[in-house]
Amino acid sequence: MAKSGNSKQGGFAERLSKNNVFLSVVALVLSLIVAGLVMLIAGYSPLEGYSAMFKGAFGSVDNLAQTLGTATPLIFAGLAMAFAARGGMFNIGIEGQIIAGAFPAALVGAYAQGLPWFVHIPLCFLAGMVGGGLWAALAGFLKNKLRVSEVILTIMLNYVAIYLAEYLANYQFKAEGMLVRTENVLPSAVLTPLIPYSRLTGGIFVALFFAVLMWWFLSRTTAGYQIRAIEANPYAAQAGGINIQRMNLVTMFLSGALAGMGGAVEVMGVHGYFITNMTSGYGFDGVAIAVMGRYSPLGTVVSAFIFGALRAGSTSMNRMTNIPGEFIQVLQALVILFVSTPGIVRMFLKKRRQKKEAQN
Amino acid sequence: MYAVEMHGITKQFKNVLANSNVDLMVRQGEIHSLLGENGAGKSTLMNILYGMYAPTDGSIQVFGKPVEIENPLKAIGLGIAMVHQHFMLIEPLTVAENVVLGYEPKKKGCFDFKKAVAQVEALSKQYGLAVDPRERVENLSVGTKQRVEILKALYRQAEILILDEPTAVLTPQEVTDLFRVLRGLKESGKTIIIITHKLKETLELADTVTILRKGEVVTSLPTASVDEAKLAELMVGRIVAFETEKKEVAGEHKVVMALRGATVVKDRRNVLDNVSLEIRSGEILGIAGVEGNGQTELIDVLCGLEKLHGGAILLDGEQLRSKSVTPRAMLEAGVGHIPEDRGKRGYVGSFTIAENIVLGYHRNKAFSKAGLINLKARDEFANKVSQQYDVRMDSIRDTVGSLSGGNQQKVIIGRVFAQDPKVIIAAQPTRGVDIGAIEYIHAELIKMRDAGKAILLISADLEELTKLSDNIAVLYAGRIVDKRKANEYDERTLGALMTGHAAGGEEASKEREAQ
Repeated sequence: MAKSGNSKQGGFAERLSKNNVFLSVVALVLSLIVAGLVMLIAGYSPLEGYSAMFKGAFGSVDNLAQTLGTATPLIFAGLAMAFAARGGMFNIGIEGQIIAGAFPAALVGAYAQGLPWFVHIPLCFLAGMVGGGLWAALAGFLKNKLRVSEVILTIMLNYVAIYLAEYLANYQFKAEGMLVRTENVLPSAVLTPLIPYSRLTGGIFVALFFAVLMWWFLSRTTAGYQIRAIEANPYAAQAGGINIQRMNLVTMFLSGALAGMGGAVEVMGVHGYFITNMTSGYGFDGVAIAVMGRYSPLGTVVSAFIFGALRAGSTSMNRMTNIPGEFIQVLQALVILFVSTPGIVRMFLKKRRQKKEAQN
Repeated sequence: MYAVEMHGITKQFKNVLANSNVDLMVRQGEIHSLLGENGAGKSTLMNILYGMYAPTDGSIQVFGKPVEIENPLKAIGLGIAMVHQHFMLIEPLTVAENVVLGYEPKKKGCFDFKKAVAQVEALSKQYGLAVDPRERVENLSVGTKQRVEILKALYRQAEILILDEPTAVLTPQEVTDLFRVLRGLKESGKTIIIITHKLKETLELADTVTILRKGEVVTSLPTASVDEAKLAELMVGRIVAFETEKKEVAGEHKVVMALRGATVVKDRRNVLDNVSLEIRSGEILGIAGVEGNGQTELIDVLCGLEKLHGGAILLDGEQLRSKSVTPRAMLEAGVGHIPEDRGKRGYVGSFTIAENIVLGYHRNKAFSKAGLINLKARDEFANKVSQQYDVRMDSIRDTVGSLSGGNQQKVIIGRVFAQDPKVIIAAQPTRGVDIGAIEYIHAELIKMRDAGKAILLISADLEELTKLSDNIAVLYAGRIVDKRKANEYDERTLGALMTGHAAGGEEASKEREAQ
């Protein structure tokens, strides 16, 4: 209470990121317990489920590669969400921005001929960045023009991106065959698996590099400083001569660019082309990942790995037991719930402490 | 009979000893002032009494009975209530709903709004706290919100009322009202403790004063036995200069910044109505006025935060194009801004001192090269400025939110003054700042004036205004209703003009006729 004077300051992200990492861990454990209870109620054995999940995620080199490979686009999606949040923007449109990045990346990959791989691959990434970035910046632009919340705009633009890409993949750029997909990317634009037949590619190093880059950008550049200031106190930022509308546009572009790279890495590393439904909800996972990572690049990377493990594990849980893989979604929803309501977690912790004290 | 006895209270926070062996004895039915600078441990002590903190050591008695106060609920049960500096009200709810919250009257298990209104009405009549129980809190002025807080305490049958810096946010008129109410409460036998760093208030209102300094009690004595100078000395620990040396600055005072017929419209009302003024080098132009009469808009217009709907801004005699008046352009043109609400416009609480000290100037070549922050140069600058402006801190890595009000203000003042601005818009520069810092800030403002800066001073503190200003303009309902040399005003005339009374004697009306 002595500090109630500051309570009006600091955005949601700033406050959340100050909380202990511990809270995230407890939230994860609580979610595992509650999801286990749900499994139990539904008539499955949580022990069996979790052990299958664990084996599926870490049981062998192949499984581990699957986990890391799945984590790669999730890192990009999580960073995209975290970056926007650090600038005071709530970007729920990552799903759409992944597609807006994946599609141009697939086209550059398929049609830019005669390039060596070390030019072609970065070029595809660039196409993904620009595509995703512009798509997100469009939401920023409309926010500035129409004064509509970016939450609404980004959600709506998700659908526009999904169906626009589907349309283009179905007509103008359709590859031969039954599937709604574009042509295969050229061999020079393929990220080869590090472990054969896995999703794990060099893309993961690109993702990690961009996590470091994001940290550096926010803490070391003038633009990063301005972006953080807007989130922490827009009034003071404005008085400090920071053009909030313009910086919001920059924030959205860079956030979308990170998402777009996630799309590009999936095209080059997993599918080899753009295909509808290829994102399988990575964008929405990105929200949970960033929240659990407390909007810090490091935290986001760590929670992306955990979510990667859950996803990889749920596939084999589905295969090895009769527990439906959809339980993973229950688990993810619980993680979001517990992480975004630190009060519940604190209450839980306090109860435990009191009990311990009472026992002593 | 003592209402509150606190013995040997010690409170150790991680690194800070906030209270050290503090004794506080409050007689029943008195107004007791807990006086001290920011960070002296007043609020901590009261938060202990209110059950928000557990003391590391010491004991408490309430009405002669030893008690353990583990939480505010317990405190309320003992008849202790606290009115915080930042009100704990639910804005969209009505006054009555706020007052009864937690102790609602019920009818058949449902909330009985009618009864709540009746009870609040009765209370407000009994204690002379005029307020409409059906009004929504969000529509109330700050002074009225405070009344609601006091009603809340009375509704909970508080016998001991703690008020944390109750006058910090009030206009002079509201302060008078509050004092009347508090005296009335005292008459009816309530015990009142006010936390304050204001000497005048203490002398005017309190029966007894306990002075805290650096977490320890300096002394406790009846207010009848001391004067302002003595209190200040006890509080700060040294003799305080109340008079600031001020001589007229020699040479020509040329107009640096000016407004011509400036008008701002909000909700179809002219919140700034045809305002013309000139800010001259080597002069402080004071703006007197009750808050909400256009001060905020005046400041915002001059700093580029608000667009003019009519009239013009001139800088160095040149009229600025409306499009080019942005906050950044004004900063770069040398208009320094000390915001009226430092928590809102002034600093970013979660940023470090170093980050805050360059806010607004972060693009300067000294701090930024090719879009990268020059950390070394910035930190050196931050260290230099915080030393020069006497910011008390552990390191420039501390967040500004963790500093005391006075030190936060020094960070802002250092930020502005260190950039050698041409014009300084100083709004409420000493609001919520302790006396040692006030003295310092006043001296710095005078120094800047003597160095030939053009200064606009907006302050709700008339004493500050008359002391520092060369000229004073009175702002009422968005208009400048009077303007004269500062020494031609006394506080009474100013007060009358500020509240829209055309008083101020014949001279004023003559002058207006002449215009």
